[in-house]
Amino acid sequence: MKTPSTIYLDHAATTPLDPRVKAAMEPYLDAADYFGNPSAIYRLGRVAKEALWEARVTISSILGCRPEEILFTGSGTESDNLAVLGIARAYKAKGTHLITSTIEHHAVLHAMEHLEKKEGFSVTALPVDEYGRVAPKDLAAALTPETTLVSLMFANNEIGTILPIAEYVRVIRDWKKEHGRGPNEAPFLHTDACQAAGYIDLNVTKLGVDLLTINGSKIYGPKGTGVLYVRRGLRPQPIIFGGGQEMGFRSGTENVSGIVGLATALRLAHEEREAESARLVPLRDRLIAGILDRVPKVVLNGHPTERLPNNVNVSILDIEGEAVLLYLDEDGISAATGSACDSASLDPSHVILAIGRPYEFAHASIRFTLGRSTTAADIDYVLEKLPPIVQILRQISPVSIEMDGTVTGAKTAFVDMGRPHWEKNIKATK
Amino acid sequence: MDTPLKEPNAEVVNQHTKQQWVYSDVVKDHFFHPRNLLLDAVAPGQFDAEGMVGSPACGDVMYVWIKVDKATERITEFKWKTFGCGSAIASSSMFSIMTTENDGLTLEDALKIRPQDVMLRLGGLPNRKIHCSVLIDKAFKKAVNEYFRSTGQHARIQVDGARVIDKRLNITDHDIEEAVLEGAKTLEEVQKKLKVGVGDPDAIPDIEQLIRFYSEKYYG
Repeated sequence: MKTPSTIYLDHAATTPLDPRVKAAMEPYLDAADYFGNPSAIYRLGRVAKEALWEARVTISSILGCRPEEILFTGSGTESDNLAVLGIARAYKAKGTHLITSTIEHHAVLHAMEHLEKKEGFSVTALPVDEYGRVAPKDLAAALTPETTLVSLMFANNEIGTILPIAEYVRVIRDWKKEHGRGPNEAPFLHTDACQAAGYIDLNVTKLGVDLLTINGSKIYGPKGTGVLYVRRGLRPQPIIFGGGQEMGFRSGTENVSGIVGLATALRLAHEEREAESARLVPLRDRLIAGILDRVPKVVLNGHPTERLPNNVNVSILDIEGEAVLLYLDEDGISAATGSACDSASLDPSHVILAIGRPYEFAHASIRFTLGRSTTAADIDYVLEKLPPIVQILRQISPVSIEMDGTVTGAKTAFVDMGRPHWEKNIKATK
Repeated sequence: MDTPLKEPNAEVVNQHTKQQWVYSDVVKDHFFHPRNLLLDAVAPGQFDAEGMVGSPACGDVMYVWIKVDKATERITEFKWKTFGCGSAIASSSMFSIMTTENDGLTLEDALKIRPQDVMLRLGGLPNRKIHCSVLIDKAFKKAVNEYFRSTGQHARIQVDGARVIDKRLNITDHDIEEAVLEGAKTLEEVQKKLKVGVGDPDAIPDIEQLIRFYSEKYYG
């Protein structure tokens, strides 16, 4: 059996550790001089504390904020949880209404669902347009005096659409002005920038957000590291209690090597952001155009231009995503799908459904996310391998779904006695 | 090195090469080299019966065509097409082998094949894949019913309704439908209402499939 070298196109899932990041981390993993607990008063402790402070300074200079506004967490998910649970609970006396969107990451959505189900909050999940963007006027209409937190992602992890965060900031500012509320009063805006990091300017002062999430493992940093920017004056209620580290907002002995790695990774991502984006956009567009050109019955998910430089997401009709992934894997290509068959929960992608596509399109969605290792030759290789795979699987498939998008998600399940009610849209191959 | 913990959804590891794949070697073989796949257009009268289950919305569709020897009721030809994931395609292929090998099973014997039997022949499937992807037996059942109908053997048609799921407690699919309508969404919640499958663990795959089916049907 041939063993093809891997063409990794799943950078939105996670990224490899940059060797420069690894080098920066190594002293804090290996040497006898750097294992100290940053809380300790002796020299070893001070060395570790100094490293933490430097990391905080590095990150704050990139985000355009103060070092004290940077909280280190254990993941992007934890940062999202701390933002949502922490702010909602801390400001509960001011109101119990939260706003988010239907395309958010589960780290935000499930935290909000928890608050709704268990803690008496009400949640408005704003709808998105066909590209996955929340209309600023919808946000304006949803704000109430009871609203304490708005959480809207900077760029979507599945379809790559970039949301106009600055416009949401303006909507909330205008609303506050109108209602005589100051910057340290609710509602606050949190944005999950896990996918945006490395591609979009994350200057929080320019942007005007109150809280922002970054994940180390998406920017060629170590896994198990995250940042939550919390604007000075905001006091989220902790979700982890203990020794009072991270200014009491997140207890637990600091992951010093991880934090040093995260800071290094963010610095590199920041320095290379413009050049890397400029390099990837043409590759992304070459892949999109190539697939649309060579494979019939394909739709692009997400915005054609307002999208991350590294994201390609297409629905290849009549075939199922996991089957495509298995074939691609055989050719050494790593990609992702929004199909139910590939998720632990067996639910199809909520994002593909939220942009108004039927279930069939979600099961058929394939995501390629490019990264630093991606070359033009990789793109051409995918474009060479994908069409025959689609052809084989379409030969196996008995369904043919119309492109017009009128197929509505069927409520009929799979062991139905009769035939699906929308079967006018399906022509069995006879 | 210690043996890694085996989690239920762990990937299948080839004992000899240590290579990991999401599915067993047999599944892989049938996925990449499907047997008895229908490739050409079907001519009128080419097959005796056909059956289809599923919906692309749910992620799986199986279509089956069969040819039956009238005298012996043995299946002489079994062709299929499947929309679905790796295990859906592989289980369709395996089912076609099981029904046609050794001069073909009789309809009666073929109807006795359960998803578990297909799974066994495939060398196992990841847990979460079992209930949703082995649906080819249901498509086959429909084809057989069509065969019975077209040959005037109406008494032999098997209807899925009011099927006994838990033999110890005599609980039927209608009971499970009721439980889902009353708000139960998981096996645990249905069990709270019905105690179904507690004394009959073999019924659990069926129960879970029905919960999924009725949940999608009523709550989409």
